[in-house]
Amino acid sequence: MKKLVIHPVTRIEGHAKIDVYLDDAGHVADTHFHVTQVRGFEKFTEGRPYYEMPGITARVCGICPISHQLASAKTCDAIMAVSPPPAAVKLRELVHAAQFVQSHALSFFHLSAPDLLLGFDSDPARRNIFGIIEENPELAKAGIGLRKFGQDLIEGLAQERVHPGWIVPGGVNAPLKPEVRDRTLAALPAARAAADRALETLKGALDSFSEEIAHFGSGPTMYAGLTNESGEPDWYDGLLQFRDASGGLVAADVRACDYPEFIGEAAVRRSYMKAPYFKPRGYPGGVYRVGPLARVNVAQGFGTPAADRELAEYRQRFGECPQSSFLFHYARLLELIHGIEKIERILEPATILSKHVRARAGVNALEGMGMIEAPRGILIHHYKVDESGAIRWANLIVATGHNNLAMDHDIGEVARHFVDGNNFKEGMLNRVSALVRAYDPCLSCSTHANGMPAVTIALRSSDGELIKMVD
Amino acid sequence: MPENLSIRIDGEYVPAEAGQTILEVARAAGKYIPTLCWLENITPVGACRLCIVEVAGVGRLLPACTTPVQDGMSVTTNSEKLLRYRRIAIEFLLAERNHQCAVCVSNNHCELQAMAQKLGVTHSRYAYGYPRLPVDLSHERYVLDHNRCILCTRCVRVCAEVEGAHVWDVASRGTRSMIVCDMNHPWGEAQTCTNCGKCVQVCPTGAMAEKGYAVEEMSKRGANVTRLVRLGGRL
Repeated sequence: MKKLVIHPVTRIEGHAKIDVYLDDAGHVADTHFHVTQVRGFEKFTEGRPYYEMPGITARVCGICPISHQLASAKTCDAIMAVSPPPAAVKLRELVHAAQFVQSHALSFFHLSAPDLLLGFDSDPARRNIFGIIEENPELAKAGIGLRKFGQDLIEGLAQERVHPGWIVPGGVNAPLKPEVRDRTLAALPAARAAADRALETLKGALDSFSEEIAHFGSGPTMYAGLTNESGEPDWYDGLLQFRDASGGLVAADVRACDYPEFIGEAAVRRSYMKAPYFKPRGYPGGVYRVGPLARVNVAQGFGTPAADRELAEYRQRFGECPQSSFLFHYARLLELIHGIEKIERILEPATILSKHVRARAGVNALEGMGMIEAPRGILIHHYKVDESGAIRWANLIVATGHNNLAMDHDIGEVARHFVDGNNFKEGMLNRVSALVRAYDPCLSCSTHANGMPAVTIALRSSDGELIKMVD
Repeated sequence: MPENLSIRIDGEYVPAEAGQTILEVARAAGKYIPTLCWLENITPVGACRLCIVEVAGVGRLLPACTTPVQDGMSVTTNSEKLLRYRRIAIEFLLAERNHQCAVCVSNNHCELQAMAQKLGVTHSRYAYGYPRLPVDLSHERYVLDHNRCILCTRCVRVCAEVEGAHVWDVASRGTRSMIVCDMNHPWGEAQTCTNCGKCVQVCPTGAMAEKGYAVEEMSKRGANVTRLVRLGGRL
């Protein structure tokens, strides 16, 4: 048996390696997805004061530190048994929406657009954001501008773009400045136009990817996402819904504190990334996906006009509950549009400028759970503390982890369809990498891991000989 | 009437009296010598070695905070050599325990961090010790994180000399030295602690902090404590 190794997989957040095994006839026999580092946040935070956790766990990631801070702050709210003041909740939602916008813009424009616009088989040396700048400078500018819009809002609220200390247990540590609100409202039209341009570009390109849409993880799975009582996505404070592949509700309105009844975590031998599964269906049968595609499949509608208009077109084209992981890209851009609308909606009422933004308390509960939607899917923090507030035990279930089983399965499907060991071309393995990119995984988050370059794909023969290694 | 001495600092004659330390004379003359463990009006101990100076005719570097001036002394407060040794002192402090600025409650308000930046210390050339050290969260209002302690003993001295409670001491020797409370009890069980918080306010790092302050939020008000002494509060 021959083996292809893709190591590292590029244009993703974090580090991974994919092994593609070929049989004697040169066809793909098996694939393995390895996430290659361990970091140990759950262990080394033991003994720390609980109120330091938002600051510490934010360091899991540089792309979505806001997500970890929010999940952690919600967990601390539960330990303190307080409800943050209404303005603080809105400000947390605001910074969260800004993070969705910047993170989704990064995923689409910087990481995935090179495949989608320049082609999977284009020259790898040009297949990056600089290639996009050459090919379509206006689109590249729109993408960079959109990411800046999100980051500027985060900086306006929290003083820093990456790892700010603004989100604290009980709320946030400073109110919104009127000039930040005015500046953001003024920047909205350009952001909206940039998001529309991205979506139009993707929609225009979809026809040339019908083969990828058909074979990028078309296997049915369940989906999980947070929604409010109207069935609209609620990224900050929704209840967890599980739907099956046909859209039927499997588990409804699960609260953060009840997650252990529904989500189990399996340790996988070949990867440091754990594999969460839907407990009632067991491991490994309880495969579900999270993230943009799952959220769109789980929700009835967005509840904001522009996103809902686009959602109607999307559903008309692909049905109510499409399965293809390629559509993560499409769903992500729908969320980008929704995120911008959400920012406008939160900023409009004057109450957002309230100065009362923090509740204070000590340890009132010895256990707390916090659950939010990170840009890549459901993020759960769970801490146990002693009476003095020292962390005794911590568990983080991060977005990319939920997708582990599905991603592993999809990699196999993509490799089997596109990789031919007898007639090997680089673009074949790039499609395997692109499948991973569609999920926009954050592998450093998923293992809470650090180190080394991103992902490598290895192609090996049946006797284990390395044929090809792709970085 | 104290005896007036003839002292030169960095080549310049400055007024000095018998009984003063080099640091006191230098500060009065507007000469800057970096310090970390020193506190105005509190007994100096020479723990941090940041204030080392060169004294003409003396073969080793002397801490300015504890060295009394002598007639005819010629002191150099700044030189390549001194900067090198001061940087080494900071690097040792950083390497000795677990100073993770990014997630510290005193980030951006920390005297150790500020001094490192001022002296141009961007990293430590020495292997980090990564000791496993406890965090004492037993007090209702305050927390002591030994990971961030530089053993400057400001807390020990302020508690003994200003508050008069003498809750804190240093136990063990060398790298095993630890600040201990009431003969090594959890802070929350201290019989002598008056909960005044002076130790917290003078602590130069995030080692002592008020509970509930998140990352970057703990700024100290040490001058409020040392001002008490100037107003006659010292025991």
